[in-house]
Amino acid sequence: MSEKLLEIVDERLSFFTPAGEVKALNGVSFSMEEGEVLGIVGESGSGKSVTAYSIMGLTAYPGRLIGGTIRFNGHQVDQMSEKEFRKMRGNEVSIIFQDPMTSLNPVYTIGNQIEEVIRLHTDKSKTEARARAKELLELVGINEPEKRLRQYPHELSGGMRQRVMIAIALACEPKLLIADEPTTALDVTIQAQILELMQELRQKMGMSIIMITHDLGVVASMCERIAVMYAGHIVEYGTTDEIFYHPSHEYTKGLIGSIPKLTTEESERLVPIEGQPVDLLNPPAGCPFAPRCRSCMKICLKKMPPKTRLSDTHYSYCWLRQKEAAEGGHEA
Amino acid sequence: MGKYIVKRIAMGILSVFIVATLTFFLMNLVPGGPFVAEKSISKAAQEALEAKFGLDKPLLQRYTTYMTDFLHGDMGFSLRQRGRTVSDIIFSKFPVSARLAGIAVVVALCVGIPLGCISAYNRGKLADNFIIVLGTCGIAIPSFISSVLLLYTFGSWLKILPTMGLNDAVSYIMPVTALAIYPTAYITRLMRSSLLDVMGQDYIRTAKAKGLSSFMILFKHALRNALLPVIAYVGPMLASLMTGSFVVEKIFTIPGLGREFVSSITNRDYTMIMGTTIILAALVIAANVIVDILYKIIDPRIKLK
Ligand SMILES: Nc1ncnc2c1ncn2[C@@H]1O[C@H](COP(=O)(O)OP(=O)(O)OP(=O)(O)O)[C@@H](O)[C@H]1O
Ligand code: SF4
Ligand SMILES: [Mg+2]
Repeated sequence: MSEKLLEIVDERLSFFTPAGEVKALNGVSFSMEEGEVLGIVGESGSGKSVTAYSIMGLTAYPGRLIGGTIRFNGHQVDQMSEKEFRKMRGNEVSIIFQDPMTSLNPVYTIGNQIEEVIRLHTDKSKTEARARAKELLELVGINEPEKRLRQYPHELSGGMRQRVMIAIALACEPKLLIADEPTTALDVTIQAQILELMQELRQKMGMSIIMITHDLGVVASMCERIAVMYAGHIVEYGTTDEIFYHPSHEYTKGLIGSIPKLTTEESERLVPIEGQPVDLLNPPAGCPFAPRCRSCMKICLKKMPPKTRLSDTHYSYCWLRQKEAAEGGHEA
Repeated sequence: MGKYIVKRIAMGILSVFIVATLTFFLMNLVPGGPFVAEKSISKAAQEALEAKFGLDKPLLQRYTTYMTDFLHGDMGFSLRQRGRTVSDIIFSKFPVSARLAGIAVVVALCVGIPLGCISAYNRGKLADNFIIVLGTCGIAIPSFISSVLLLYTFGSWLKILPTMGLNDAVSYIMPVTALAIYPTAYITRLMRSSLLDVMGQDYIRTAKAKGLSSFMILFKHALRNALLPVIAYVGPMLASLMTGSFVVEKIFTIPGLGREFVSSITNRDYTMIMGTTIILAALVIAANVIVDILYKIIDPRIKLK
């Protein structure tokens, strides 16, 4: 009965570039229930966007799925044709991108761009689509919707454009909304407004959300579950509390440790994780974090750590946890 | 918009005036004159001719006379084509060149835009490489070579196309082809790079994420943006083609303005030089204004000032 909304099992995806095979995803698995809000965090290049885009069949050109299965809303996504994807995109699953300044076509009005997606996926007439577009603008908190519909993107501020992007994404009431760093390009005050709007809309419409972000504050306030990505792996997964209060992977610990704490002295505020990100052309054989890990052991360099179950909702891939579990007497 | 057009026309008139003035003085500064080369006529006859056309007067006076006449719509008599006025010659020759140029540009757009799109869509593949090579040839081969090749192949060898004049529709084929090769190649190249640029834009990704088909993405979202550089190129290109191509007109024996332009310079036919230069300048300026207006229509971000 409890059919999952999204279930990704051992997803492997590579970009076949002239320089070689960039192994962007190396066995990503996670699942989402309907209505759940999942945060994906991780440093730049860890594969957050690639994971999200692959759900919609939006993998950019030299990229190809080379293994694993993706099931979404009853579809076997990894075997879908472009035509099937087209029916699903913007309808069952939508996405909001990072930069609202460039994500809208400059030569068409806001109204045109919202109505377009409505008319594509429903058989509403032109006037019905217009009415719905107006309703959507009201929903995302844009004043004077009639006037805005006739305006061009350049006449709107960044925050407003992101609201328009949200309106487009929600036009067909998708089951899943992917937000790829939706606030990174905005001012701090606008960021807060957009996040507030997203939470409000989620309560109203009940869709699931995948929130991709660098900002741990954002995940803490919005998400129920968090997946921590590193070099094309989900290295740790758990509820927000588990990740924040009991981080179990060494990378997650570093990440949580790097959150600026208001109580500490200015000089101690940021603890950046030292070292270079992994070269995805030649990923290491063992734990991908090994070259930067302070607790790195011999085995870490040789073998990928297996999954250690820490609770029903919490697991990570680290040899230290594996060792503790063995010593604690209960095998993972 | 209306205000902008008025302003641009006023500026255009000023520019034409400046071009005319510069041309007038420069051409008179060069030693020699329209009647100097003719050894058959005596010194006295030459002076009589110069007096007839007012060439014996001081330069400044001649300039003011010319400009006053011009403002009254009188561009004077041709100095070398006896008994014909400059307006006469221009108005009989200009339509020929303009029609040829118009057809050539339409052909160039109709061929260049699709080729550029095909090239961009097949980036790095065989079709793309083939079109790139073809385009490079089109840009590199001078029009006199392509004209002669065409003339030789279809006119003298296969004998399927007329070799001179513009008497019927078929006779347009070769000169139009010769004129269109360069702009076609150039438009193909522009279209390819501009479309590739646009296809990489975020709003194309948005269009795709909405579930639009590639057809809609290309025709609704990409082309309109990608056409802007092509329009910017075609305007001035059309203007310069309309004043005629000397080479093509000469090779295909077409009575167009291009030949008049060149021969007026070699003959030092002062009034003709002035007339053709002013026409060219006015056309180029008009083309630029039209391009600006089209830009504004296509891209609402552009503010016409
Ligand atoms: N078009 C592409 N061609 C080649 N490699 C790519 C391409 N797109 C992504 N990659 C590779 O996939 C990896 C993951 O990229 P992804 O965009 O998912 O990172 P991210 O976690 O979203 O980072 P960011 O926080 O910077 O958005 C990158 O390291 C990059 O090398
Ligand atoms: S597996 Fe080893 S290298 Fe990787 S995070 Fe754990 S301790 Fe560090
Ligand atoms: Mg990203």
